[in-house]
Amino acid sequence: MRVLRFILQKEFRQILRDKTMLPIIFLMPIIQLLLLPLAADFDIKNINLVVVDNDHSSYSRQLTEKIFSSGYFRFAGYKSTYSDALALVENGKADIVLEIPASFESALIREGRQQLLVAADAINGTKAGLGSAYLQATVAAYNQELLLRWYPAAQQPAGVEVLSAYWFNPHFKYTYYMVPGILVMLITIVGGFLSALNIVREKELGTIEQINVTPIQKWQFVLGKMIPFLVIGLVVFSIGLLVGLVVYGIVPEGNVLVLYLFATIYLIALLNVGLLISNKNSNQVQAMFVAFFFIMIFILMSGLFTPLDSMPGWAKVISYCTPITHFIQVTRMVILKGSGLVDLLPQLGILCAFAVALNAWAIWSYSKTS
Amino acid sequence: MIGLRNITKTYSKGSVLAVDDVSFFVDKGELFGLIGPDGAGKTSIFRMLTTLLLPTSGSAMVDGYDVANDYKEIRRTVGYMPGKFSLYQDLSVEENLHFFATMFNTSIAENYAMVKDIYEQLAPFKKRRAGALSGGMKQKLALCCALIHKPTVLFLDEPTTGVDVVSRREFWDMLRRLKSQGITILVSTPYMDEAVLCERIALIQKGRILSIDTPQNIVDSFPVALYAAKSDGMNALLSDARAYPHMGSCYAFGEYLHLTLKEGSVEDFSRYLGTKKHSNIEVKSIKPGIEDCFIERMTGN
Repeated sequence: MRVLRFILQKEFRQILRDKTMLPIIFLMPIIQLLLLPLAADFDIKNINLVVVDNDHSSYSRQLTEKIFSSGYFRFAGYKSTYSDALALVENGKADIVLEIPASFESALIREGRQQLLVAADAINGTKAGLGSAYLQATVAAYNQELLLRWYPAAQQPAGVEVLSAYWFNPHFKYTYYMVPGILVMLITIVGGFLSALNIVREKELGTIEQINVTPIQKWQFVLGKMIPFLVIGLVVFSIGLLVGLVVYGIVPEGNVLVLYLFATIYLIALLNVGLLISNKNSNQVQAMFVAFFFIMIFILMSGLFTPLDSMPGWAKVISYCTPITHFIQVTRMVILKGSGLVDLLPQLGILCAFAVALNAWAIWSYSKTS
Repeated sequence: MIGLRNITKTYSKGSVLAVDDVSFFVDKGELFGLIGPDGAGKTSIFRMLTTLLLPTSGSAMVDGYDVANDYKEIRRTVGYMPGKFSLYQDLSVEENLHFFATMFNTSIAENYAMVKDIYEQLAPFKKRRAGALSGGMKQKLALCCALIHKPTVLFLDEPTTGVDVVSRREFWDMLRRLKSQGITILVSTPYMDEAVLCERIALIQKGRILSIDTPQNIVDSFPVALYAAKSDGMNALLSDARAYPHMGSCYAFGEYLHLTLKEGSVEDFSRYLGTKKHSNIEVKSIKPGIEDCFIERMTGN
């Protein structure tokens, strides 16, 4: 224990003495946490809509007014023909064309039904898909209005209306969902790279030679490397939670201590992946690339940006085999839903298993003799 | 004491032979030198003896412990100073020494007598980062760190490479003082002039030991007479001398050529040179140095 204490003292000295690295470690996550959630906004706004109104009736005007007042669409112009409108889509000025047929009002009144044409530029698939969905929803609402106007309540045909309620995030604010995830991503990057590059740096500098001839034990060395980064990871995590609170107004619903418990276990698992990479590689460039490979997989397959349920089966398996997936679940459950330790027992078990197994592997992989 | 028996080390799955069937024995309290050029296998031998590298075959003992099986005991009793400066450059002199003392479960105070002579020279710089020290100071600090746990055997891999002449001399003085305290020292160097400072030396080349003896015996065992030759045109002299039919070996050595003859007298050789239009010819008999012995063994093998 005494030896471990002095190793830790030495590691902290080295870290605190690196005057270029310290600001990078702590400022970078703050800046990223301010920038990235803006970019990861899945709400589609500002869809450029061009309208071809062949009818020029009061109904067609009401419909377009209603569409633009929804807030999702931006007026890209009125065109007299469909091909003129399509030209706007082709040169990128518009995303969606709405064509209202010539007999829109008269046919609607006479026959009670009418057709609209919606053409979307599918280069940006999300924008096209969500845009036309929004458009359909608006048209459906308009339809409902017309029905109400034409048929008094008594005669209204029976119908089913879907009402959605967003549990745990009532206003469906994407920041509530994304910020905790991005925070996990940031501590993964900071912890993953710091640990992956550390031992290998001692190999490059040759200092490990001098360490290896001392009676220091493997577990002392590996723990001595891991604990400082655990502390750094938790500090970054705290800074991130603070940014979430101050900037995005995210108040964790659940117990913050539970959050820290999981953060600690997760970091132990993650840091040991880094140390493992560091032990297996002989220079920093190799270690960088290998760490990058794993961190990319961890982040993109973690369910941070894409829902796990929409992944194919094999991808889901990979996803469950990475510790980050479980930790992202936990942070979202604790912060948004207020889950307690009892609700999180499965994740606790899985993350503990990861931490113990990876730590044992990292210790075993550190060899003083070649 | 250190003992190696038929130690062989190959790299890259046997395609590179670094150490080839090396055996030697170093007595307790002896100052033993491994002398050889870069790439001779000196560092591989050191790394095997300090348990950093496993021998491909053969066995070695350090202080009665087997390098392969009793590596834990060896790590407790030996001091190792690698050829490349391996202390923490971002820690101060004091912090480095303190750190390595604690790694061996001891303290600077406990073993201060061991490093006192050397550490006193470093004391004015004890708050300075190790990376900011001069080459000679770095070597002294490295030696301190290798000594702080009172090792019984000291391994010094090219401790004076890249160090100025004055610091080199001081360094060897320190080694002699350490030796007088009964520490067994194995030191390697590519500098032949340092070989005479060891009690016994092993000449090593391409992983093989050429000879092991005291520097004096090695010099005395030089098998033939050695001559030095000089003239105003050294390049022409070298090619003319090498063209001499009875020439043994001939190589440039400082301002002279060193040469041996297979047969005939040195007077014959002088006469031969006289016919070759050289001015200020000087040919004399000299005593061989370690380097001459090394070259003789090298070409002889």
